[in-house]
Amino acid sequence: MFGRLTWDAIPFNQPIPLITSLVVLCAIGAVGAWITVKKYWPYLWNEWITSTDHKRIGIMYIVLALVMLVRGFADALMMRAQQTVAVGASQGYLPPEHYDQIFSAHGTIMIFFMAMPFIIGLTNFVVPLQLGVRDVAFPTMNNVSFWLTASGALLVNVSLFIGEFARTGWLAFPPLSEKVFSPGVGVDYYLVSLQIAGVGTLLTGINFVTTILKIRAPGMSYMRMPIFCWTSLASNLLIIAAFPVLTATYAMLMLDRYLGFHFFTNDGGGNSMLYMNLIWVWGHPEVYILILPAFGIYSEVAATFSGKPLFGYRSMVFATLAICVISFMVWLHHFFTMGAGADVNAVFGIASMIIAVPTGVKIFNWLFTMYGGRVRFTTPMYYLVGFMITFVIGGLTGVLLAIPPVDFIVHNSLFLVAHFHNVIIGGVVFGVMAGYTYWFPKAFGFTLDERLGKIIFWCWFIGFYLAWFPAYALGFMGGTRRLQHIADPSWQPYLDVEMVGTVIILAGIVLTIVQLLYSIKTREQRRDITGDPWDGRTLEWLTLSPPPHYNFAVLPDVHGEEAYWTRKQTAIKLDRLIDEPNYQPIEMPLNTPVGVICAFFASVCGFAVIWYIWWLAILGLIGAFAVFVWYAWRDEHEHVIPIEEVRKNARERRRIRQEHLQNLSQSI
Amino acid sequence: MRIRSAMRRAGLATSLVLLTSGCSRGVLNPVGPVGSAEKMILINSTAIMLAIIIPTILATVGVAWWFRAGNRKATYRPDWEYSGAIELVIWSIPALTIMLLGGIAWIGSHDLDPAKPLSSSNKPVNVQVVSLDWKWLFIYPDQGVATVNQLVVPAGTPVNFTLTSATVWNAFFVPQMGTLIYTMPRMATHLNLQADKPGTFQGESAQFSGDGFPGMQFQVHSVPPQQFAAWAASAHSGPALDGKAYADLVKPSSYVKPMTYGSVSPGLFDAIVMNKAPPPIAPATTPPAMHVSPKTPLGPKNVR
Repeated sequence: MFGRLTWDAIPFNQPIPLITSLVVLCAIGAVGAWITVKKYWPYLWNEWITSTDHKRIGIMYIVLALVMLVRGFADALMMRAQQTVAVGASQGYLPPEHYDQIFSAHGTIMIFFMAMPFIIGLTNFVVPLQLGVRDVAFPTMNNVSFWLTASGALLVNVSLFIGEFARTGWLAFPPLSEKVFSPGVGVDYYLVSLQIAGVGTLLTGINFVTTILKIRAPGMSYMRMPIFCWTSLASNLLIIAAFPVLTATYAMLMLDRYLGFHFFTNDGGGNSMLYMNLIWVWGHPEVYILILPAFGIYSEVAATFSGKPLFGYRSMVFATLAICVISFMVWLHHFFTMGAGADVNAVFGIASMIIAVPTGVKIFNWLFTMYGGRVRFTTPMYYLVGFMITFVIGGLTGVLLAIPPVDFIVHNSLFLVAHFHNVIIGGVVFGVMAGYTYWFPKAFGFTLDERLGKIIFWCWFIGFYLAWFPAYALGFMGGTRRLQHIADPSWQPYLDVEMVGTVIILAGIVLTIVQLLYSIKTREQRRDITGDPWDGRTLEWLTLSPPPHYNFAVLPDVHGEEAYWTRKQTAIKLDRLIDEPNYQPIEMPLNTPVGVICAFFASVCGFAVIWYIWWLAILGLIGAFAVFVWYAWRDEHEHVIPIEEVRKNARERRRIRQEHLQNLSQSI
Repeated sequence: MRIRSAMRRAGLATSLVLLTSGCSRGVLNPVGPVGSAEKMILINSTAIMLAIIIPTILATVGVAWWFRAGNRKATYRPDWEYSGAIELVIWSIPALTIMLLGGIAWIGSHDLDPAKPLSSSNKPVNVQVVSLDWKWLFIYPDQGVATVNQLVVPAGTPVNFTLTSATVWNAFFVPQMGTLIYTMPRMATHLNLQADKPGTFQGESAQFSGDGFPGMQFQVHSVPPQQFAAWAASAHSGPALDGKAYADLVKPSSYVKPMTYGSVSPGLFDAIVMNKAPPPIAPATTPPAMHVSPKTPLGPKNVR
């Protein structure tokens, strides 16, 4: 009846996961009760859960990312604590079978459920606004994407309480991840949850490529698109190209595990090297899927807070597309030590290094964007400068790893782990934190507290250096990754410094929550009245904060590379706004529960597949399919916002902008 | 030599000095030609890149500070957004650096190809390496002996390794000797290393292979050639590594203390590569077979 699922799956005898699970369940229960008491459910359901508004979906993605950041960081703390105490004679407090789950979960969650949702959330929120349009190409599919990602995140976290997670590392290399060596449900949790989330990500990629290529404000040619839209385009092109490979690879491993196929097994003609190639054909572009939009955020931040256009815009676009293309030709550098010949290793090594050229160009262009500017040191600007310093060091270690004979002595070492944390924390995390601070007032109509924001930056910055520079050293000392126990007591001081750094980062994460709550509490003092709190240059600052559901009453006409800046300067020069346009009623997509219901059935089906509860799996599939059929037969899919409402809102906006214009003119 | 290398290190950034200070047993203290050449490439490439990135970091901080909004001495050029000359330079600097490093990578990849025999007047010693759950089996086909978790090699003589795995993937790595390489089931990889002088070095697996992975450390004893011959002769007194002994050996265990076998069934390595040897008995991630009590003092210890 319940397949493999028995009471043994609940970790009654393991205090750490048991207590954690109970605390999490209590927290969820408390939040649920609070929402019920306050009668917020209808609001949440109507305005958020079923929303097809790209802004709200973007915010939900970021909430998911922040929650998963806490979860993934809790794993990081446990790992650091274990390595700090499990040195020499001590075995620490985590046995291998538990520690191995933690590092697998940490990597999986941080990449798939923290970094990806954060980036996709920012893309969702910002890109349609920057393009000067009202929504993405496929608003309902956008909602489905989000809920499928959330479904994957849910299943990964369920593994904490029911069963176990993979003990194989975050990429689950076979043959270790094959049935023979990993008979438990851990790898199945990993595979099924990432399959579900992967479909969501692929749909996002299709959605944004279509949006950027097909839906832009009048006059916004490709070479007038804000750079963040370009980097998002490149990132989503990579999603479309890479995620099907991931899905196919996991499908093959699932066939091995569930139906006794022999794609990657040791026997029956299987070949585990094939998996290594396939997973990195996805895995290497994946890091550029994350970093390219972060580069876009830095570009927007650099231009805005330097009070100058982005230096070398065309060069930046070219560099972005160059990275997009080359990132697909370098996957072999993840396994130089497999024993391929010198020619193969050298070609892939050099191809990998070539990526450093456009990346270096970007660094210099940001430098020259600041040059000749009036740099305002807001929190996002701190992240930009911190990133430029940190990322070039990560680039240096990255190029070292791309040289095959150097990789031969640091492959899989803590040097490598330090390298990718260097570029992911120093690149992606700094970037999304900059973007979060930068676009927060646009989303909610008030700014985040700047003083706390800067303290959070310093926590991440100092914490990163303390946590990861000793790891570079340990890598040179022969330290390899994924060690549950450390034999050499001379590592202790390095591990202690790493622990201190991790605690400082913890302070930064706690302060991020404090900053959010404090800023909400004091929001009346920090209102963004004008919709343009940073003296911005791109179209999202044209509309009010928060923007109306339909973003723009009339799609803006775009003249020049910096659509909003040009318009603002013209208004200041002529000392008047553009003539009042002819307002029209606006058609917007209806909200729909199809995403959340579909994801519910996907979760049920996924859970059933993991535990071999076949009848439930079939029910889940039928349910998910039925939702789509029901949705396909809908009669209405749009609602009309009447012209009176559009006109009223637009006139209110013009009044605010007129006041703003007078203030601007006076200040000049 | 020692002084020169110490001076070269002192010339590098503080981070690197910090890195080298505590690692007398790591890749920065190589004991053979492969490790030395790799360390040289590491140091040279780092130096080349530091020459670019240190000025870049300084310029970043300097430009950001000088052009701060409060500095009225700085010239504000609100429309300055392009310069062909600057673009040419900023594309050229990384491109030229990468050309130089690409050359280093190309030559280094060929010189240090793991499968390439080392040039030496001494005849290489052949060692067949098999990774098991979770220990290392070293077979000396020419001497007809085998060891577990200890590798004895003659100093100043190239060692020609052929490597495979009887279980999941691992990576054979002796940091001070250089190049690490995967051991993969049903495949044999090749590696050539040499220790120039006698000494004892730490070895490990550098590819996660399951719950007993941290206990896969082994020791390399580099001994004078005569002593190596004497060791091989005396090793024959050990037990035989026949089918039954091998079947015992493949049972999962970790932190296994070194062992020596006096004889080896001929063709054992090839049988393992062909998957015809007795397969591993239990799954690699089943915990009970390998259990390390938290109170167990570490050190080579057979916990089977």
